[in-house]
Amino acid sequence: MTNIAATASSSTETAAVPTTLAKGFVNRLVIIIPYLWLLFLFLVPFIIVFKISLSQTAISMPPYTPVLDFKDGVSGFLAGFRELNFDNYIWLTQDALYFNAYVTSLIIAAISTILTLIVGYPIAYGMARAPATIRPTLLMLVILPFWTSFLIRVYAWIGILKPEGLLNQVLLATGLVSQPLVILNTYTAIFIGIVYSYLPFMVLPLYSSLEKMDYSLIEAAQDLGCPPTVAFWKITFPLSLPGVVAGCLLVFIPAVGEFVIPDLLGGSQTLMIGKTLWNEFFSNRDWPVSSAVAVILLLVLTIPIMFFQQAQAKAQEQGR
Amino acid sequence: MIRKALLLSATSAFLTLFTLSGHAEDRVVNVYNWSDYIDSSIIDDFTKKTGIKVVYDTFDSNEILETKLLAGGSGYDVVVPSANFLARQIQAGVFQKLDKSKLPNLSNMWDVISERTAKYDPGNEYSVNYMWGTVGLGYNVKKVQAALGTDKIDSWDVFFNPDKLAKLKDCGVYVLDSPTDVLPAALKYLGLDPNSTSPDDISKAEEALLKVRPYVRKFHSSEYINALANGDICLAIGWSGDVFQARNRAVEAKQGVEIGYSVPKEGAEMWFDQMAIPADAPHVADALEFINYMMTPEVIAKSSNYVLYANGNKASQQFVDKAILEDPSVYPDEETMKKLYTIAPYDPKTQRVITRTWTKIVTGQ
Repeated sequence: MTNIAATASSSTETAAVPTTLAKGFVNRLVIIIPYLWLLFLFLVPFIIVFKISLSQTAISMPPYTPVLDFKDGVSGFLAGFRELNFDNYIWLTQDALYFNAYVTSLIIAAISTILTLIVGYPIAYGMARAPATIRPTLLMLVILPFWTSFLIRVYAWIGILKPEGLLNQVLLATGLVSQPLVILNTYTAIFIGIVYSYLPFMVLPLYSSLEKMDYSLIEAAQDLGCPPTVAFWKITFPLSLPGVVAGCLLVFIPAVGEFVIPDLLGGSQTLMIGKTLWNEFFSNRDWPVSSAVAVILLLVLTIPIMFFQQAQAKAQEQGR
Repeated sequence: MIRKALLLSATSAFLTLFTLSGHAEDRVVNVYNWSDYIDSSIIDDFTKKTGIKVVYDTFDSNEILETKLLAGGSGYDVVVPSANFLARQIQAGVFQKLDKSKLPNLSNMWDVISERTAKYDPGNEYSVNYMWGTVGLGYNVKKVQAALGTDKIDSWDVFFNPDKLAKLKDCGVYVLDSPTDVLPAALKYLGLDPNSTSPDDISKAEEALLKVRPYVRKFHSSEYINALANGDICLAIGWSGDVFQARNRAVEAKQGVEIGYSVPKEGAEMWFDQMAIPADAPHVADALEFINYMMTPEVIAKSSNYVLYANGNKASQQFVDKAILEDPSVYPDEETMKKLYTIAPYDPKTQRVITRTWTKIVTGQ
């Protein structure tokens, strides 16, 4: 693939000037597309949610008071600007419920991410080291579960984990346990559900960074008398770090807001932010407060990730 | 050759039919109803009789329906929210008043039900009852018999008495994750007004629920259907229709699971699903014709016979299967009917207190 792209670009470089101009335009367009994507699918929805979070509930359609609209012209907009208040955000600090829900969600997501990494790394490593002929098949097998509805796959775990389920039947039949294990409706079930569901998001980036690795580095280390485990921690793991980071972010971020898995597999005592948001939106019909919960969730996730990326960029620069 | 000719004439006849019905303006009605909630032949019959095409779409929670309605521009002509949701939606201006001159079949309706739905929709100006039911106890007959030594469940005591529920803990207890259905039941069990919004009463109900909380495996509003049907649990506080669905699935599965449903003798909450027309409905005349058709005694009886719910249509009762009509868990006797109560919608402040209390009961926080 890379070779073809290289030859293609070198052939265009030799072409006449107008083509280079066109190429510059195309290049710029390619850069613009992700920004447009961010603008329309992230920034605009976020601004809408943020606007709702500053309003108050009302029994109307839609069920909140309008804020910052241009109905009364620019002066009305400016007057509304002065009346803005952050009551809904203050409300979130007055009940420990919200804080606890955020913390629980972050802890559950962090543990799940580490578990997914532990399970996913050997898989990705095995795939990257497998003969090139069967790699596409292995890759296919990782993606295959996506062909079935996510909901159905989570439901299937109920059948496996329940007291009279498959797992307990096997364990009882083999005599490993004398009483059925209670797994369903516990935190363990949530971890199993998240690790299972998000595993492909961990394996794919890991695989892509491990596959690119130059295996002769390991051979060199072995030639110099480095034991395999040390070679792994000194060479393989650091080189796969970009994949580790990408995989962890891809698992951690959606896991924090996860709603379906804790709802189906977890117990009722599980208090995660997704459920809290659901309660605010549907039970209390309080769109403004639930929007505030969502905005805070976004900040809780985005700010540390931004710092992390900055630190990484710095480290890379120093490395050079 | 003959066959070909036949085929040709059949096609042309079909085409003429098609163009004929197409000529009189394409009449359409967009219906949004609960899933598994109608005998689909009713829809076909309606189209055959009136030429109005029905676009039938389904939802499975009031919350989803409400969100669509409140956001506006849903494009639906007939929707079927539950009455407590409907009441708030009327206040929010979601619906339009029904033109009763277009609904001659209203005379078939059952005053016992209409009187109660008027609590949510004063004068029944915006809605017509489709089906109604109760919030009661669904149970696995054999497992309850084994755990308690009796399969006669007729009181909330089996749930709110910690000694009794403790015995059912191991075989599994599920409860609706719905404070507006379960807290009133606790109030009723304690002999208080199920509609009470006083903080004292609510905290008493909270206390009663916290006492039995350790024995509840899960609070969830739909999983109990499968859990009951598969024999995974032995007791659930649930909606009557859902428990009947579990009962039917258990019968179909032939695994020897037998499901019972009981309307507790202390009294149980009644729920109503109401047909209404959104204010911005694009096909109002067709919607009215649809609602009127659904009030035809034979039609709504057919629906009851299929979904196994009671309907609010008095004249239909002669067409409802005897087994359903005489089943006290579907059509409770007059004595029980008197004890059934309805829950008025809460104001936003009370709703917040109730939701917060519920979170405390369910999660311990």
